[in-house]
Amino acid sequence: MSAKQREGHQQGEREGKHRGSPARDSMVPEAEFESYYGRQIVKPAPWEHDIAYYLFTGGVAAGSAILGTGAELTGRPGLSRVARAGSLVGLLSSVFFLIHDLGRPSRFLNMMRVVKLTSPMSVGTWLLALHGPFAGLASVGEVLRVLPQRWQRGPLGLALKLSRPAGIVAAATAPPVAAYTAVLLSDTATPAWHDAYKELPYVFCGSAAAASGGLGLIGAPLHEAGPARAFAVGGALVELVVEHKMEESMGLSAETLHTGTAGKWMKAAKVLTIAGAAGAVLGRRSRALSVLSGAALMAGSLSTRLGVFEAGLASARDPKYTVVPQRERVAAGNPVRYEG
Amino acid sequence: MIGRNSLFGPVDPAADAGYDDHPKRKGFFTDTSVCIGCKACEVACKEWNDVPENLFEMLGTSYDNSHSLNANQWRHVAFVERPAKPPVDLGMPSMGPGGVAVDAVTQQTEVAGSAEDMDFRWLMSSDVCKHCTHAACLDVCPTGSLFRSEFGTVVVQDEICNGCGYCVAACPYGVIDRRKGPDGADNIGIAQKCTLCYDRLTEDQVPACAKACPTESILFGDVEELRQTANDRVARLHEQGVMDARLYGNDPEDGVGGTGAFFLLLDEPEVYGLPPDPVVTTKDLPAMFNRAGMAALALLAGGVVSFLGRKR
Repeated sequence: MSAKQREGHQQGEREGKHRGSPARDSMVPEAEFESYYGRQIVKPAPWEHDIAYYLFTGGVAAGSAILGTGAELTGRPGLSRVARAGSLVGLLSSVFFLIHDLGRPSRFLNMMRVVKLTSPMSVGTWLLALHGPFAGLASVGEVLRVLPQRWQRGPLGLALKLSRPAGIVAAATAPPVAAYTAVLLSDTATPAWHDAYKELPYVFCGSAAAASGGLGLIGAPLHEAGPARAFAVGGALVELVVEHKMEESMGLSAETLHTGTAGKWMKAAKVLTIAGAAGAVLGRRSRALSVLSGAALMAGSLSTRLGVFEAGLASARDPKYTVVPQRERVAAGNPVRYEG
Repeated sequence: MIGRNSLFGPVDPAADAGYDDHPKRKGFFTDTSVCIGCKACEVACKEWNDVPENLFEMLGTSYDNSHSLNANQWRHVAFVERPAKPPVDLGMPSMGPGGVAVDAVTQQTEVAGSAEDMDFRWLMSSDVCKHCTHAACLDVCPTGSLFRSEFGTVVVQDEICNGCGYCVAACPYGVIDRRKGPDGADNIGIAQKCTLCYDRLTEDQVPACAKACPTESILFGDVEELRQTANDRVARLHEQGVMDARLYGNDPEDGVGGTGAFFLLLDEPEVYGLPPDPVVTTKDLPAMFNRAGMAALALLAGGVVSFLGRKR
């Protein structure tokens, strides 16, 4: 904040009128509003970046579970191997990040006390609990398959036999794991997250496809990577198009996706995702280009998660995003009322 | 479960939570027009509930030294400095020094001192957890740590909360928070907020803040009766020409189904740090899950399509 801006801010505070934080790149006119000395109204989520990583790794895990099963069923062992690895590592790290972010990790098990449909976090925990063991078994099967024949007996042999049906269950339960995280963010009073609820699930699912497809491009041999390429490019397109639509429907809080740290992440996400998708299409015959594109797509997906995460926190810190839309709604004669 | 608990609209929260037999809904009516900013409520709350110290620093912008409602501040008195409004001319005989007794409000908001030497007025307001009819914090809690009491209030169970912080982001009023310190305090890392003195209510006692309030700015009682009291009070203030008086949170058909703790304000809610027209976020939850379900199906379809029509 420059000295002049600070002065203007203090002036505003004295009068009880605020022009909000300076929105540098925004075409939206500065909103006039009143607040209690410019202080936040809703509280930003007390979450560290762990939650953004959790969103990313969960997306990789879910997309990879789908890819892995498809690869296994269509006889693409190379793609299957890397996707199953992505599914397992993604799953384990997402659980790690989730538990790490709890104020009291030792009490993670308290999540298992109840099943609560009104709590997306409870729903998500149970979705993970449902999806995780099947995805895990499918991934273990991948390891067992390369073991010497004589070890594939007894319980290990049973596990190997079960790994294929387990993979199918894992693929079927994977999409909700990728999608629920959008509800997790949207079901809050955080303006930028709640305002995005219509499109955010599509952005996150597209992002999951782009990241897991990207992982497939990195790890699978060229002749097996076709489906991963299609999945990644399709996901990237959905992510880009729907993200644009999301910004149009969000209203004022869309501003937070262009400013500050969130703005940087979102810009990086756009560049990386476009570059990754273009590289994936053009580099069909080049292993090196495929690997590079895959990495760009994964980095783009991570940037999207970080951008959306940061935008939410920024929108909670500035009372403008809470007051102005509510005021405008009331002024337009649409206060929220229960009508039978 | 979604069918059993309504997500929006006027309901009796205790009955909605499954209490067949329960006392009348209890709550606060905080009449800020008689608040003198003494902070007795803040202190009484801390004393009774053993709430550790908050950071005591002047804000620099006002005389508010307790900052906000948070894990260590379950009652918060806001000090709002506002430009003075010209006194409303009621065509009544003016009241000079030694005139007849004037109503506390008229005195405080309009003629404290003489109008000429005051270019501002003070608004003081003791804020607290709203104990919403539809409480987002309670809805989103994944552990069941937050529960609806038989009095229709919302309470955190310290020993069950796992500190996930979801309630913090979900509250449309920014009330509940995770306790960060000070070192050595109980319950660090878990969510904390006003319990409406649950322990006192079970013993037929008045909550500590209401008990300590010297001006009866904080009234405690049955929500239904308090709403009547509040309506009468606003009508009276309007009669006296205080046209800025308005109720906030008393309407059972508003975005959160009305709050158990509601307020009489003398200016727009946002001036006191309150959202103008808050909505419980779970109102949109069915739509959110529907959208997520569609997106999930699209993801699965995308996966299938990626493998279709491809030769190896």
